[in-house]
Amino acid sequence: MALWRFRTRVPLALGAAALLLSGCANPSTGSNTDDPTKPVTLKFWHGWSAPGEVEAIDENIARFEKLHPNIDVVSTGNVSDETINQALRAGGGDAPDVVTSFTTNNVGQYCSSGMWVDLDPFMRKSGIDKTKVFPKTLLDYTRYEGVQCATPLLADAFGMYYNKDAFEAAGITRPPRTMSEMKADAVKLTQRNKDGSLKRAGFMPNFQLYQNSPDRMFAQWGPEYFDAEGKAKLADEPKTEDFFTTMRDLSDAQGGYAAMERLRARFGDEMSSQNGFLTGRLAMHLDGEWRGLMLDEAKADFDWAVAPLPVPDDQADTYGRGYLTGTVAGIAHSSRHQNAAWELVKYLTIDTEPVVRFANAIHNVPSTFEALKSPDLDADPAFRAFIEIARNPHSQAVPPSNNGGQYINSFGDFSQSVEAGRTKDLHRALKDLDEQIDADNVQSEN
Amino acid sequence: MALSLSTPAKSAGRATDPAPRDSPLRRKRNRERLRNLGFLSPWIVGFSVFFGYPLVATVYFSFMHYNQIKAPTFVGLRNWRYVLEQMPLFGPALWNTLWLVVVMVALRVVFGLGIGLLITKIKTGVGLFRTAFYIPYLAPPVAATVAFVFLLNPSTGPVNEMLSWIGLHGPNWFNDPNWSKPSLVLLSLWGIGDLMVIFMASLLDVPKEQYEAADLDGAGAWAKFRYVTWPAITPIVLFAVVTGVVQTMQYYTQALVAGKLASGVSIGPGTVIQPGYPDHSTLTVPQLVYSLGFQNFNTGAACVLSLVLFAIAMAVTLLLMRKSVGLIPAED
Repeated sequence: MALWRFRTRVPLALGAAALLLSGCANPSTGSNTDDPTKPVTLKFWHGWSAPGEVEAIDENIARFEKLHPNIDVVSTGNVSDETINQALRAGGGDAPDVVTSFTTNNVGQYCSSGMWVDLDPFMRKSGIDKTKVFPKTLLDYTRYEGVQCATPLLADAFGMYYNKDAFEAAGITRPPRTMSEMKADAVKLTQRNKDGSLKRAGFMPNFQLYQNSPDRMFAQWGPEYFDAEGKAKLADEPKTEDFFTTMRDLSDAQGGYAAMERLRARFGDEMSSQNGFLTGRLAMHLDGEWRGLMLDEAKADFDWAVAPLPVPDDQADTYGRGYLTGTVAGIAHSSRHQNAAWELVKYLTIDTEPVVRFANAIHNVPSTFEALKSPDLDADPAFRAFIEIARNPHSQAVPPSNNGGQYINSFGDFSQSVEAGRTKDLHRALKDLDEQIDADNVQSEN
Repeated sequence: MALSLSTPAKSAGRATDPAPRDSPLRRKRNRERLRNLGFLSPWIVGFSVFFGYPLVATVYFSFMHYNQIKAPTFVGLRNWRYVLEQMPLFGPALWNTLWLVVVMVALRVVFGLGIGLLITKIKTGVGLFRTAFYIPYLAPPVAATVAFVFLLNPSTGPVNEMLSWIGLHGPNWFNDPNWSKPSLVLLSLWGIGDLMVIFMASLLDVPKEQYEAADLDGAGAWAKFRYVTWPAITPIVLFAVVTGVVQTMQYYTQALVAGKLASGVSIGPGTVIQPGYPDHSTLTVPQLVYSLGFQNFNTGAACVLSLVLFAIAMAVTLLLMRKSVGLIPAED
């Protein structure tokens, strides 16, 4: 090949390759200049899949369409965060306008990447003061670094289900309120088989059990994960070591981690009839408000009730708190009908009547001040217990991050290592964990 | 190279006596060149689109910060340092992947060859055994894994129940970090049908005269296998090992499904699947690539991991292709 041809073709090829490569980074951009009174079709992606849930959300959408005859909503259920994440990144004309997420872990990612649009301008346009609509904890988990890219669409609170029959048989008159009380009750409630193996655990603190992720348990301590500069501070947070020590004591008092794991391996799937609490192999159990409906539907053959998970002895005054999370709703950056989309988001997440109706239908905790004090809320005592947990000022959600809650996963891995006895120097290991979390966060910075 | 676009005549002519631009010879060469390109074009397009471009893009993005929303920005070696020095899951994922490559591939080849030998030797019921060993291979990987997790369930599974009949206390299988990988190996041995068929074909292809000659020389079973069968089937063994290594380097579905099912945690739209249960013992590099790339959208780090995986697969393949390993027949 002649030299001039080489000189021409190589830069051309490289230029084409560069264009091709960088071309991947051009998802479509939407528009917020649409007229929400003009006829429009909105695509709404949500995660609900159970027939009752789908019926409830469809009913709310039907009422919305009646209120806004110009807006037609096409809803798609059972959509995971991964699908939403990938679809919005890929762009394209069929991407959704309104999206929901069942986890708050990804909010930081949605806000910082601009994938979900900032809702503050829409709220201002509608004359809504968000601080008067949503509780602070819920507002905190729907924004990241000042960008409010989501609104809460019902909340999930975590509390302790307990087997009232087992309590009565063990002579326990009320649910425990502190960790010391819990340990004493758990020992009384623990039963063994003839061979010494566990037949029933009073309370299983193992972090790999169902909803027992350590961040949910740790919420009872009210920890701070990051300092003012955003650096991880688990090693410097005195509550961290107390948390692990308390969990270890609780486990040891009932037979130890290995015995607990052997019992756990014999449980069936969380949502099946072989659930450990439903089959009577757990006397006390951490779970969300949805479990109540499931226990009713499964016709549990014992009497049960709900109470807040106990708190550390030195924070007895915070009893009633719990871990909070929830579903969040937002508008996709690629939507060309963002004003119309805001009408739907506003209706589903801010208007009291649809929020209360939907909360009653699927037994999730309402997410606005007005809905929380609505007289129309279901009077079921178990459901009310979770509403009280959600109202408690000490209840806590985990802070958002820009990488899908990677620090929660790191904390989870670390906690499993500690409970299995593989961590010898807890403080040193916590320092390493902090460094790891900081490195992960730096790696994800935009 | 055999598929060169230039003919030897052209090369020779060009060096000594270049043909005029519009000469018949040049026109003929151009036609030949176009024809060759035509024949090669499916491969060229396939190779470029499905291998060349992805490989170049992977190298490019390994030096970029790219969350698949905003434009990529150059970050030098940051992604490489992150993966190789700061990411704690890289070590376990690599260890698990290599463990599976060594143990699973070796056992699959030995077991597949053993079953092939057995079926080619038995006199009756060949069709029945062949079918019985091949059918599990036809089961979709997810369905097969679900069935295995059920069979090996420590509480309700029939395997531990049967072990208890003979006084053995069965392990926790997929729930025990020490047993989860061996359980996956058992699953892979159950679906040995693919290798069994390949080995059967190669065993039946060994010339019978060679066995007859060995019989006349008084060779025993081992000597016949060592000096007749083995030299004849080594290319097939090499094929089985190389494809096994490559497939195991991409091991994803079975490990993910088994871990998820054994954990007992229900996966809903709000749940992000954390692969590797229990205790990261089933976490493989491809699972980590997916988590980084399509859950955390840390594209750069995912590309680094992919390149590491590619380099290891290439190195192992090149090693296996060396004559000293013994899987390439010596030239006469």
